[in-house]
Amino acid sequence: MATMDFQGKSIEVDDDGYLLNLDDWSKELADHLASLDGVTLTPAHWEVINFLRDYYKQYQIAPMIKILVKEIGKAMGPEKGNTKYLYELYPGGPAKQACKYAGLPKPTGCV
Amino acid sequence: MAKLPKPEELLQINYNPPPTEDWMDRPVELKQGNFCWGAKGKNLAAVEFPNARDWTPVEADWKLPKDWEGTVLEAMADRLSKYRSFKVFMDICVRCGACADKCHFFIGGGDPKNMPVLRAELMRSVYRKYFTTAGKYLGKLAGARELDLNVLKEWWYYFYQCTECRRCSVFCPYGIDTAEITLMAREFTNLLGLNTDWISGPVANCYMKGNHLGLEPHAIMNSIEGMIDDIETITGIRINPSFNRKGAEILFVTPSGDLFADPGTFTAMGYMMLFHELGIDYTWSTYASEGGNFGFFTSNEMAKRLNAKIYAEAKRLGVKYIIGGECGHMWRVLNQYMDTWNGPADFMEVPKSPITGTVFDNAASTKMIHVTEFTADLIKNNKIKLDPSRNDDLVITYHDSCNTARGMGLLEEPRYIINSVCNKFHEMPDNTIRERTFCCGSGTGLNASENMEIRMRGGYPRANAVKFVRDKHGVNMLANICAIDRATLSASMDYWVPGVRVTGVHELVANALIMTGEKERETNLRGEPLPGKGGNE
Repeated sequence: MATMDFQGKSIEVDDDGYLLNLDDWSKELADHLASLDGVTLTPAHWEVINFLRDYYKQYQIAPMIKILVKEIGKAMGPEKGNTKYLYELYPGGPAKQACKYAGLPKPTGCV
Repeated sequence: MAKLPKPEELLQINYNPPPTEDWMDRPVELKQGNFCWGAKGKNLAAVEFPNARDWTPVEADWKLPKDWEGTVLEAMADRLSKYRSFKVFMDICVRCGACADKCHFFIGGGDPKNMPVLRAELMRSVYRKYFTTAGKYLGKLAGARELDLNVLKEWWYYFYQCTECRRCSVFCPYGIDTAEITLMAREFTNLLGLNTDWISGPVANCYMKGNHLGLEPHAIMNSIEGMIDDIETITGIRINPSFNRKGAEILFVTPSGDLFADPGTFTAMGYMMLFHELGIDYTWSTYASEGGNFGFFTSNEMAKRLNAKIYAEAKRLGVKYIIGGECGHMWRVLNQYMDTWNGPADFMEVPKSPITGTVFDNAASTKMIHVTEFTADLIKNNKIKLDPSRNDDLVITYHDSCNTARGMGLLEEPRYIINSVCNKFHEMPDNTIRERTFCCGSGTGLNASENMEIRMRGGYPRANAVKFVRDKHGVNMLANICAIDRATLSASMDYWVPGVRVTGVHELVANALIMTGEKERETNLRGEPLPGKGGNE
């Protein structure tokens, strides 16, 4: 199993770089994970990350894109509640990329 | 993660095996993009699978248990005595080669070990060494070889590159079923803890929470409520499905992918709209909340354990029978295994449509019918009002899922429904449909993201047939009755045939369905404008 060094601590990640333990997450770690992809997290990025973490806390699963779009739209208005906006923010996919920074497991989609 | 080559690069396929070298002398090479990550120890431990630990396929040390060879050979002896099919398939191949070019992985990749005959030979060679007199004494001369680490790695690599689709068996003059051999290989590797993350994760989820995705009851209800909101927006009708309701006439079970992944959710909306319109007395279950069975890709015993909850829930709720949703391998299990594993389900009644009175004698024993059987019967008896013109923006073709086609012979019902709810339908070429259908390329738990190359290679023959009807007839929608298909064909269409989308059959049904008291529909279930705005004009 892979590990990642961060602030003097060894953190367990899976083969795709997702955190294995939700408790290892911190805001600083999110910034660090994003920087590995060359991304600087803006308040707009954080809106999505915070939503994902709240949703996960409630349902123990990452939301599907449809729910993410709908809920972001409800909370932040239709100009943000659309797939285009979210993909511009997270070109690697709002589910996969944002979940990684939010410290959630890799979304599985349909199995 | 390996970068997926471009389609034109992937199509540079070499079908000529390396010259002179004997296949046994060629060590296996694990190519990135062609295999899945190893299982996590916690998921193996959750279902008490052996040798639970984290492991990584690319590392030389697979952390195998002591005397793993003995474990495999002992299991092989046991299965040979238990399963007559396995024994026969180990003995009878005459290497005529009829199967060689029928496998989607060989067609799309050219690796000779993906020819079904050679895939089976990977195991037969070991069988001969330990279970036949000739192999024991003559060794390689008799096509026999010892089980060593390289052989094990070769098994793992290639038996997790077989989707158990059984297309090769249709062409085999002996009817040798490679899926039965792959099932055994997966059993043996599973005994050593060599499962994949993509399979063992869902198995653990299903065992603990009732479904592959790990949806807890409130997540299921939340997802379905979202669908109900969408249905109300589109039709003006608020529907109220029930959950875990005792005394319902029918238990409805579908793959959890339909509840939590597009475009499956549109199919799930379709079921609910149809059942609502007919006033069907049915219930969802948040316990038996998975129709699919990834246990089937680990061991028969695990598949049986996961399957057990369907009958258990039917009994607890006191339903008369079960309707199952659109899924592929789910139906292989339900149709061919469930009754012997967990039956007889004689606490239920032979399924009888409450609308038409049709008795489904074909399910007299399992007490479970496929939703397309139910719906085709409704249409045949003129019990629902349909406006196919609402689907006029779609030019449709139909992909037979391997398991519903070859595993249960469900060939006509989906086509009959599609032709009743859509005006534009074109078949793909004869040798790519019905019992000769090509696999989506990602069944049996291969639908992960780290093995995209082998998925796209395996998906190529199916995609190529879709491309043919797209170019000839302008096909823009690929219909199917399988949740795995809905996810995997979306990816392979984007890769090979951009512009063709994927749909379940009941999404098409619900688009065409004229519901009592509905408002004039402006959009289809995906929220896209209807062609000519629908209606009966």
